[in-house]
Amino acid sequence: MMLQMSVNNGHLAALNAPSGRTLAQLPEGEPGVLDRLDLPDDIARRLMELGFLPGHTIVPARSAPGGNPRVYRVDGSEVALRRETASRLILRPSKPSAKAPIV
Amino acid sequence: MSDCHDCAGCAVAEPPPGLPNSARPHVVAIIGPPNSGKSTLFNRLTGLRQKVANFPGVTVEQRVGKARMQRQDRDVMLVDLPGVYSLNPRSEDEQVTRDVLAGTMPGIPKPDALLLILDCTNLGRHLVLAAPILSLKLPTLIILNMADDLKSRGGEVNTAELASELGAPVALISASKGDGVDKVFQFMEGTAAGSTAVTAPRIELPVLQDIPRCRKWAHDVGTGAGYHAPAPPLWTRRLDAIFLHPIAGPLIFLIVVAGVFQTIFSGARPLMDGLQALIVQFGHGLEHILPPSIFRSLLVNGILSGVGAVIVFLPQILLLFLFIGILEDSGYLARAALIADRTMAKFGLQGKSFIPLISAYACAVPAIMATRTIENKRDRLATILIAPFMTCSARLPVYTLIIAAFIADRPLLGHFFGMQAGALLGLYVLGFAAAIMTARLLKSSILKSERVPFVLEMPPYRWPTLRSLGLRLIDRSKVFLRRAGTVILLVIIVLWVLENLPMKNGQPPEIADSFAGMIGHAVEPAIAPLGFNWKIGIGLVSSIAAREVIVGTLGTIYHSEGTEDSIGLRKALQSDLTPGGAVALLVFFAFAMQCMSTIAVVRRETGGWKWPAVQFTYMTFLAYLCALITNEVVRSGIFT
Repeated sequence: MMLQMSVNNGHLAALNAPSGRTLAQLPEGEPGVLDRLDLPDDIARRLMELGFLPGHTIVPARSAPGGNPRVYRVDGSEVALRRETASRLILRPSKPSAKAPIV
Repeated sequence: MSDCHDCAGCAVAEPPPGLPNSARPHVVAIIGPPNSGKSTLFNRLTGLRQKVANFPGVTVEQRVGKARMQRQDRDVMLVDLPGVYSLNPRSEDEQVTRDVLAGTMPGIPKPDALLLILDCTNLGRHLVLAAPILSLKLPTLIILNMADDLKSRGGEVNTAELASELGAPVALISASKGDGVDKVFQFMEGTAAGSTAVTAPRIELPVLQDIPRCRKWAHDVGTGAGYHAPAPPLWTRRLDAIFLHPIAGPLIFLIVVAGVFQTIFSGARPLMDGLQALIVQFGHGLEHILPPSIFRSLLVNGILSGVGAVIVFLPQILLLFLFIGILEDSGYLARAALIADRTMAKFGLQGKSFIPLISAYACAVPAIMATRTIENKRDRLATILIAPFMTCSARLPVYTLIIAAFIADRPLLGHFFGMQAGALLGLYVLGFAAAIMTARLLKSSILKSERVPFVLEMPPYRWPTLRSLGLRLIDRSKVFLRRAGTVILLVIIVLWVLENLPMKNGQPPEIADSFAGMIGHAVEPAIAPLGFNWKIGIGLVSSIAAREVIVGTLGTIYHSEGTEDSIGLRKALQSDLTPGGAVALLVFFAFAMQCMSTIAVVRRETGGWKWPAVQFTYMTFLAYLCALITNEVVRSGIFT
């Protein structure tokens, strides 16, 4: 299940990006640029097919009561994700960083 | 596999119309991402000349239809493939799509041509699918759907430029309005005549495994074709501000759900009563016309009353699918699923399971058919497996009879809520509890979620079209009536035969001496621990056809003992059944899968006998065990 998966990857995420803000932390209406998907390859590919690609801008929109799941505007469409999934999508720092864009 | 339509002469050698089966049909497959309007186009091209089945061995739905080529006076076989974003075989849908395109799917000939349908309001993302499709080198028409939306929201695309970039013809259409659909027919006429050549794309196709590169390729193709994405859908944003409002959203959701529930539960009642009255009248008419004989008895008391008992559910099914059609086509169903997701997640399910489960309170059959809106296969299967636990309306006649006979109507909570109502409510709660516990059990064991996260696309709101709603209702009625006319008819005839044989001096036997009676006596040792006698045994056997049949069967059995009306039946039961047995019978009916229609629909929807067998065994075992415990507990006198 998703929960176990998050636990498995939790340590890795903490090591790789101590300061990386996740999509789940982005307030409604504020655009963020996706840096990477901290998910197993097949799930990451599934989300990338829906437009969650590194370098793409994502805007959180409305949500179910309690903020979970939330609708995200991405690549011309609206896709809802649960918080557990959104928290695996790591954003680029909001100010331009030294890191070169991936695309 | 070689293509037999690669020479223009083939078209001349076609057999004359009227002999379509003698030649291999011209096969065209429709492929596109989810929400691209694929099914709308398929309906537009085939109308009523379509059928739904399952691809062999998988749960993926297969829709095949015929489109008429007016000018050529011939039919083209259309195959509607599941919605996919890519051809990477990670899900069953993608595997099926690959197999059909490769010509390795049993029963489906390899397509001669493809219709790739894309949502042109979201072309950047949807064009990604063009890369793997064009690399198949089959004649392909690229259909840009939702042309009306693109225009009204100020987007544009140069189709001629896009066609020359991709090396394939491009048609800008609106499948829901029908604009531009003639171009699709023209293309199919061309491929059927074998005159469509495949040219290489001007822009080199990307490496398919690299999704960012594919997406960039799609972007470049779109830019090259002067694609300007349309403005965001203003009305969708406005409506979402209401429907997904933190307070108004859940309120509207509850009103919608209550409305659906109320309509299928009580709104359908007059229609069902009317239909029932018609069937009864028809039966009386037949009894007048036909001379009394064993065949009249079979026709009127067996077939007509049995099949009638099933057909009576048609208004409920149609109303439910009218609602689901409106909810799905308008785009609200996705919002409802979003709102319900948290609650359903507690049971290991997801938002899209909510509407089917609510529908199951009316009848599990349409509910199981409604699970098609759940894309995640395991969530869908879990929903199918627990739906029959919800207290369907066919249980009500049984519950009403037993409760009225065995539970005194003493006030429980004031004068408005008595013991009888409490017992009925308790049975609803019991079914619901069994459903969620089974869901948890399934989702933590054999149906542990695939490693696919919950993803829900929010389509823009649209007006549902009468055409699409009508086609949906006709399709569902056909599926339902076909079953009533086959499997259920057969079971009913078998039961009738069992109740009326062996003949004694040319007369049907007393029920106790019939084969059904013998079966009742034979199962008595097994059901005696539950507090049931052989008469209940006959009732249980007959109720495998449909739950409420037990009321009729018990009526027949006790009728032969001199009781006439329902009060008489109640009295007869009171003297013949212990209180423990009566409560055990209620519990048994709450859990057991006593419904031929449900078994048949689960087989159909899961594509085999495995799941209905598992489900029937599990539910019967649970029903037996709980009825046994109930009987023991009541008998021990703890509650008296």
